[in-house]
Amino acid sequence: MIPGLLLVAPASAIAVEYDWLFWSLVVVCGGVALAIAVFVVWSAIHFHRRSENELPPQIKGSLKLEVTWTVIPLIIFLGMFGWGASLYFEIERPPANATEVYIVARQWMWKAQYLDGRREIDELHVPIGRPIKLIMTSQDVIHSFFVPAFRVKQDVLPNRYTTVWFQASKPGKYHLFCAEYCGAKHSGMIGYVYAMEPRQYALWLSQGAAEGSLASTGEKMFHQFGCANCHHFDGQGPCPDLKGLYRRPVLLTTGQTVIADESYIRESIVDPAAKIVAGFSNVMPVFKNLVTEDQLVELVAYIKAIGPEPGTQQPSSAGSVPASYGGQPGISGSGPAGISTDQNRAH
Amino acid sequence: MATVAETPAVERNYLNQGEGILSWLFTLDHKRIAILYLVSVTMFFFLGGLFALLMRLELLAPRAWLFNPEDYNKLFSMHGIIMVWFFLIPSIPTTLGNFFIPMMIGAKDLAFPKLNLLSWYIFMFGGLVTVFALIRGGVDTGWTFYTPLSTTYLNTYVTAAAAGVFIAGFSSILTGLNFIATIHGMRAPGMTWFRLPMFIWTHYATSLVLVLATPVLAVTLLMMGVERVFHVGIFDPALGGDPVLFQHMFWFYSHPAVYIMVLPGMAVISEIIPTFSRKPLFGYDFVAYASMAIAAIGFLVWGHHMFVAGLSVYSAMAFSFLSYLVAVPSAIKVFNWSATMYKGAISWDTPMLYAIGFLGLFTIGGMTGLFLAALGIDVHVTDTYFVIAHFHYIMVGGTVMAFLGGIHYFWPKITGRLYPEGLARLSALIVFVGFNLTFFPQFVLGYLGMPRRYAAYPAEFQMLNVLSTAGASILGVGYIFPLCYLLWSWKYGKKAGPNPWRATGLEWTTASPPPKDNFEVSPVVDGPPYDFGRMREELHLG
Repeated sequence: MIPGLLLVAPASAIAVEYDWLFWSLVVVCGGVALAIAVFVVWSAIHFHRRSENELPPQIKGSLKLEVTWTVIPLIIFLGMFGWGASLYFEIERPPANATEVYIVARQWMWKAQYLDGRREIDELHVPIGRPIKLIMTSQDVIHSFFVPAFRVKQDVLPNRYTTVWFQASKPGKYHLFCAEYCGAKHSGMIGYVYAMEPRQYALWLSQGAAEGSLASTGEKMFHQFGCANCHHFDGQGPCPDLKGLYRRPVLLTTGQTVIADESYIRESIVDPAAKIVAGFSNVMPVFKNLVTEDQLVELVAYIKAIGPEPGTQQPSSAGSVPASYGGQPGISGSGPAGISTDQNRAH
Repeated sequence: MATVAETPAVERNYLNQGEGILSWLFTLDHKRIAILYLVSVTMFFFLGGLFALLMRLELLAPRAWLFNPEDYNKLFSMHGIIMVWFFLIPSIPTTLGNFFIPMMIGAKDLAFPKLNLLSWYIFMFGGLVTVFALIRGGVDTGWTFYTPLSTTYLNTYVTAAAAGVFIAGFSSILTGLNFIATIHGMRAPGMTWFRLPMFIWTHYATSLVLVLATPVLAVTLLMMGVERVFHVGIFDPALGGDPVLFQHMFWFYSHPAVYIMVLPGMAVISEIIPTFSRKPLFGYDFVAYASMAIAAIGFLVWGHHMFVAGLSVYSAMAFSFLSYLVAVPSAIKVFNWSATMYKGAISWDTPMLYAIGFLGLFTIGGMTGLFLAALGIDVHVTDTYFVIAHFHYIMVGGTVMAFLGGIHYFWPKITGRLYPEGLARLSALIVFVGFNLTFFPQFVLGYLGMPRRYAAYPAEFQMLNVLSTAGASILGVGYIFPLCYLLWSWKYGKKAGPNPWRATGLEWTTASPPPKDNFEVSPVVDGPPYDFGRMREELHLG
């Protein structure tokens, strides 16, 4: 019917649910709007003034009608609210087993960093049938990650991580738009998401291996920036032990407790004074202008990968790509933390 | 009435009492100030419209072919800034509101005539500063001035443009204060609150929002300017600020501002429909309360502009819920207007055609607002052409239709002349068709995923964009027609007489154009509004 309608054919599990809600609203709202339009036009014709002096009955109002057309819309609206909110919860809450990819946006490109160290510009390759969680940040202004075929959109903010997730259901090449105006070449900030059959995805993974996993590069940074001098893994250092930190509640000097998510870890690197762990004082230098967003992503990936005991791993990174995708269980990355997220690298 | 036309002696009215340009520039008469505003906002409307037309031309082709992307970005920014702050917000209140609030309540003028003139000068000064920014090279922030793009990354005339808006804001505040004081203190004897025409109630609600919301815009733009000029970290994270804070503050003003723009449109419609149906406004009390509810709840829904900006899911839910709540009073109004027409004696004069158009288009705009208030739905369609289409249905399909309807309705009172009815009906039809052809395809574009503010776009979106541009050119013709025939009719139109529509309301009891002090004898009110039953007595007396 309309060229392009096929292009936005739902290509994710959420997109199918989305279209159910969207078209239900089209039917309900369209029906009511049409009814009002018909009533108004019919009134205008049927009650057209017949003589210059015609004086119709002077009806002032009806309490019964007022209550009816206050309460019924309110009930319908509450239904829309509930359905829309439940869909939003699904869109906003990534499943725990989602494969993570880091996105660093900047004027005017998208950079994807996979856990295995692979990097892509303006392209994102994902397998179908698996939830993918993107952990995104911007190097400059606000951007917005938008894939119409998946019905997902999330602003990408500087100085903070936001996340978005989707599970592609149909192989294909889908538009990735920047949806938040970001300056001169905003309309050129377009990329593609390639959703691939698992077999093809495994093949793609096997080509062009990266230099080292994201976490192992992060580990190098950890030493290069001197983090390891104070953050010891035996709990004896002057700074908090980072073992198993990710997703753990952290008690702060203020008495508050925060969950150590990606944003917390990032903030603690660039602005250590923002949240100080109870029992410690702020002795850490500010890394704000010393470390790039790419390096931060690597550091965060490393800290997330340090398990409760050095040498073990968090499920979120370990289970990212199952062995059945063609990845051989690899040798763990160098260093004491024993990072093994690069198990999905084929050799 | 014919005898009046033949009388050689010229009636004394507000138009001929005082000659020359200075008598206009220093006038304290609310009616003349309304005319000053009418001339100003009309100029801004056509300037903003020119930018829109150039944008639509650019979007004929998927590749940037007419302008480079930087210039396109300036076009949509200047279109938004001019249309929002220099046309839509002042449009109805400062022209029809200024002219008719005193007349409808039986007053000689607004409470503070000097403040009223000052408002116009402040408005023009703000407008000139913004036009200066435009002439010097323009601004490319979008009308939303989002940080840190606006404060750190752009090298255009951001500060000047924002300063213009900042200055014009004071005009809004003073106008709002003036209206509130006038409605409270200047009502004629017997003009109780529930005898007020709905036009007054709705302008009262608008004025409250103007006074309470505009200072927040001023503060927000000031902070943005301070960050941009002095590098004080407020919004830019590189300086220690928070960019989302800007969005909260900006929308805390700008969502209520949507109601500043559309409530006066509702005010006009609430006058036109009873007059041309010759029936009282159905459910008067409920329509009045609905206006106040919109003004109040409208302050609590700003977060619905930020559902993908990183709000927590729970605060998003609260904002979604409140957004549905604010839709209820709007729905109540639509039902009451429709019910007013039922069993009426409806004439098809031009103002009524615009009012019927308003009903249809405002309903579509409101209904698609329900889509955007649904959290999950908003995620996909926000920041796309769906949003563009939605708010143009409200702002252009609603406010501009009401503005044109109101101008036609009140034209005989303002000028003492009738406009050419046939041509006016044709124009209303052209506007309606052109509007829908321009903006309906944009709903589809948005659903298909075309982001807003794109100078170039993937080729599959072209067909719908071409349709939209075709519609825009029709719409442009529909807007130029009234400008021509209304100006013509001011000199050559048939004399109107005091009440050509046989409307109720004090403004129709005095001469057209009204005398300088509005009424020969100070009016006293002894009955309800929209009392068309009096026609019967007049007929018997006649």
